[in-house]
Order: sequence, then structure tokens, then C-alpha cells
Amino acid sequence: MLETEFTPFASLLGGALIGLSAVILMASHGRVAGISGIVSRVLPPAVDTKRLPQGLTFIVGLLLVAPLWFGIFGQAPVVAISSNMVLLGIAGILVGFGSVLGNGCTSGHGVCGISRLSGRSIIATVTFMATGAATVFILRYVVGG
Amino acid sequence: MSWGAKSMRILSTLFAGLLFGTGLILSGMANPTKVQNFLDVFGTWDPSLAFVMGGAILVTAPGFWFVQKRSTPFFHDMFHLSTRKDVDARLLTGAALFGVGWGLGGLCPGPVVTSLPFATTGVLVFVPTMLVGMSLAKFTALPSRKFVAD
Repeated sequence: MLETEFTPFASLLGGALIGLSAVILMASHGRVAGISGIVSRVLPPAVDTKRLPQGLTFIVGLLLVAPLWFGIFGQAPVVAISSNMVLLGIAGILVGFGSVLGNGCTSGHGVCGISRLSGRSIIATVTFMATGAATVFILRYVVGG
Repeated sequence: MSWGAKSMRILSTLFAGLLFGTGLILSGMANPTKVQNFLDVFGTWDPSLAFVMGGAILVTAPGFWFVQKRSTPFFHDMFHLSTRKDVDARLLTGAALFGVGWGLGGLCPGPVVTSLPFATTGVLVFVPTMLVGMSLAKFTALPSRKFVAD
């Protein structure tokens, strides 16, 4: 139940599409593709009105994928998610708060920042992977064990 | 900025969003259990996420380098790239908290926005709380914290 299949080719190809998307944003208007930044900039306080249109169209693009995927393949991809809603609520707060405080998430730091060899991004990525791994360990083997 | 450049920016971000979301679903990253399994090195480890990041960086690193040989982007007057080198408490605390939340649910901003229309109950709980967390962090970053005095 807990196991997932290792998918090197699909993951490499999917990653390449994500990378291509980041290159398009950089070529188009010189910005890194950080999803936490794009989403948080359209939120209060201090909504970035100048960048609102392009932020919203990126989000619309993301939101259109699921219905298109469903239309083409006739089924949704596997989304095996925790059924503990309190836990997911806490996770949401931490992900939202942490990504804005730390200026980035897996896309902004993990993909774009590392591609630019940004020291801050490399340190951020190592940090969130370490605390993420520690959290999964505690969740699965200390609390859940 | 001219109307043409503006509409090209809109079109390119829409296309970039479509590509990004397709990449996330294709790579399996819309499945939180797959993400958690990457973080579970000593248990049911699934190294796929490393291949996603690797595939992305293999395209992004040379792509960014090539694009930045231009003096400006195609539809804007300048590149906006962080030149910060300082590692401060905000960066470390933020990344650490983000990692804990990421581990708890296996969810992060890109995949949850992408899988939102599939309306999985857990994602529907996660997204609003994530947005609240983002707003809270923006409040703490405001230059004058008027909301404390009010």
C-alpha cells in the first residue's frame, strides 16, 4: 500500500517539462518559476498588482492540466494522500508559511535556484529535504510504528 | 511595456503553467505518497523525485545560461534574478518549516495547485491552510507591522 513504483523515465521526462516551463518563463519575462512565489504574490497583504495578470495565467495553466488530463486519458492519476485531515491542515500552514518565509519551495529553490548555482537555494534545498526526511521518519516509524 | 509584449507574457505564462502541471503529473509528483517515499530513504524508498529534479535541472541550467546571454528577456525590459548570497535565519527557518510540512503531507505548492481540480479531500483541506500560511508569512515580512499596533 505504502510502496510506489520507481518511475525513472516518466519522472525524468516530467522533470524535463518542468525545466522547459522554467526556461520559458525566464526567456519571456526574466523571472524564476517559483510556485510558492507566484501563488503568494496574488494573496494579501500587499498584492503585487503589476505581476497579477501573468501570475494568474500561470495558475490558470496549472489548473487546466487536470481537466485536460482527465479528458485525454479518461482517468485521474493516483493521488494517494493521508486521511488525517488535522495533519494535512497543519502541513498546509507549515508549507505555506515556510515557503514564503524562506523565499521558495521545491521549484524556486530546488529547480531554478540550483540551476543558477545559488548558494542560498542549495542550502534551502538541503535543509527542507533533511527536515522532510526526518518528519517522514517520525511520522512512519516513531508515531505510526 | 507595449500591449503586444503584455499579451505575449500572458500567453507564455499560460503555456508555461500547462507544461509545468503536465510535467508534475507525468513525473508522479502529484501523488503525495510518492513524494513521501522519496523522503523515506530507509523504508519504502522511491528515488523518482531525484529524477524529476535531475531532469528539470538538466534543461533549466543550460536553458537559463543560454537565455541570459541576451541583454533582456523577450517580452520584458530586464531579468529579475536574486543576487543575495547571505544565509540568514529567515531562509533556514523557512526552509526547515517548509520541509516539515512537506514531509507531513507529501504536498507542496506546485502539485497541490495542479491536482486541485481532481478535488481529492486531502488536497481540498491542504490548499486553504497553505494559502493562510502564505498570507501569515507575508504579514510578518511587511516593513511596518501596523497590524500588531491595531
